[in-house]
Amino acid sequence: MTGFFQLLTRLFRFYYDGFGNMPVWGRKVWIIIIIKLFIMFAILKLFFFPDFLKKNYDNDKQRSEYVLDQLINSPDNHD
Amino acid sequence: MIDNIDLTLVDWSRAQFALTAIYHWLFVPLTLGLSFILAIMETIYYKTGKEEWKRITRFWMTLFGINFAIGVATGIILEFEFGTNWSNYSWFVGDIFGAPLAIEGILAFFLESTFVAVMFFGWNKVSKKFHLISTWLVAIGGSLSAVWILVANAWMQNPVGMIFNPETARNEMVDFWAILFNQVAVDKFLHTISSSFLLASMFVLSISSWFLIRKREMFLAKRSILIAGVFGLLSSLMAAYTGDESARTISEVQPVKFAAMEALYDGKSNAGLVAIGLLKDSEKMIGEKSVKDFIFKIEIPDLLSVLTAGDKDGYVQGINDHVSGNENKGIMSVSDKKLRGQYASDILLDFKNGKMNYSSEQLDSINSIFRDKNFQKDYFRYFGYSSINNPEDVIPNVPITFYSFHLMVMLGFLFILIFAMALYFLFKGKISENKWFLWIALLSMPLPYIASELGWILTEVGRQPWIIQDLMPVSKAVSNISSGSVITTFILFAVLFTVLLISEVSIMVRQIKTGPKH
Repeated sequence: MTGFFQLLTRLFRFYYDGFGNMPVWGRKVWIIIIIKLFIMFAILKLFFFPDFLKKNYDNDKQRSEYVLDQLINSPDNHD
Repeated sequence: MIDNIDLTLVDWSRAQFALTAIYHWLFVPLTLGLSFILAIMETIYYKTGKEEWKRITRFWMTLFGINFAIGVATGIILEFEFGTNWSNYSWFVGDIFGAPLAIEGILAFFLESTFVAVMFFGWNKVSKKFHLISTWLVAIGGSLSAVWILVANAWMQNPVGMIFNPETARNEMVDFWAILFNQVAVDKFLHTISSSFLLASMFVLSISSWFLIRKREMFLAKRSILIAGVFGLLSSLMAAYTGDESARTISEVQPVKFAAMEALYDGKSNAGLVAIGLLKDSEKMIGEKSVKDFIFKIEIPDLLSVLTAGDKDGYVQGINDHVSGNENKGIMSVSDKKLRGQYASDILLDFKNGKMNYSSEQLDSINSIFRDKNFQKDYFRYFGYSSINNPEDVIPNVPITFYSFHLMVMLGFLFILIFAMALYFLFKGKISENKWFLWIALLSMPLPYIASELGWILTEVGRQPWIIQDLMPVSKAVSNISSGSVITTFILFAVLFTVLLISEVSIMVRQIKTGPKH
């Protein structure tokens, strides 16, 4: 267990020192990454990109029925 | 129903996907290619122990880091769009698309959280050997991660290794290896990787040329040009070879796309390869679409027949062969394919309606039809044609397909020349004196980006009207959502990606001007 905790501590120190000693450009791109991920997941995904089939149909059976309807070229539409 | 989906929605959904994919692809190839250049540079440092090579590696690693960080996760937006805008398609493709994308996601996550961190944080903290291995793993892992995306895209161009389940309305993977080693996937991977290597080499050559023009960092610039020149020349030759292989495969699995690439309407033997050409609308029509004719062209006699059929007398199929059919060459017309597709569609309708009043034996019997190999080969593979209204609808936009292909090829030959010249001047010891060449190399930086994007435009526009070749037209794939919401998100993406791109360019330019640490 001691060895495992030592490994964890070393891993933590590795990332901690890495982020701590990051150059200016590194800090700038991290700010951009965080803003970008926030916009993508907290705004775009949440408000603009719901899963169409999950939102409109309760279960997979209904979803497959709907898609079948969309796929089939019914005889009414034959040329 | 599908008839209520207007073209505006289809067009905006396509435009939105194109916009996000094009922006995403501005970041990806540099990451794929530059990681290998870094690995080569660091290997030289490891072997020679010379600090100059460490400095060179760390400088390019900074630029790699900026590009990697700005580009990371931009591809996830495409997955958002699958669920919202392309729900019929997402459902229909089932696990065939899901499995490769999941593997790609897991691979990318583990690579990015471990070995990229070692690359940037690990200098002087881990052994030289472990650091070098990490850099190579980032390079190899990045390419492996690209495999899965390209496998998924290749399946859309040439669907193999699956059967359709009418119960779930989804395709199910039955032969993983057929999907992985789909000839289109193999060609696509090799061509994409080699063109990404080429793009990164041009990036290094261009920035190094700028240093030489400014008479700064002469050692770094010349050593970088050596690596970029050799790697770039080999990659551009490989891109030409794999591009040729890819075109041959397209002529077999997507013959209409291939004919559009050459604007070849009437199939013929001894077909010449159009090196350069300009198209115009002619008075001839195929249904409601006008036939494109050449205003002028420079043609290499017989070469198209030689490249596709391996023989100058070989027959190259034209667009008309596929629209109207050609019995002598065993090519089915669109009308015949539509009849077959409609037969498959009618059986699917029978299955759907029968769920209410058929016995389970009757339903099983219909279900088994979809598992029958002959039915799959002779009928279901034409399923998408049941939704094609007019035979000419299977013709993609010929000018876009033709020009994107020819421009890409011309640029490809230009890259071979530029890398060869860079190496020639470097070995002659005259690279710094030839300012004109340095300026050409500097100004060429955007050209591989343009060529790479043109390649994707050719791939996707040339495939129209299909989202999955012969199985599903784009019009059947879109979700029935309001086009207003698609327009809104299109604008949001355009703004977001433009801001990201400006950020990347400005941070990168500042780092280039700063130069490597001394």
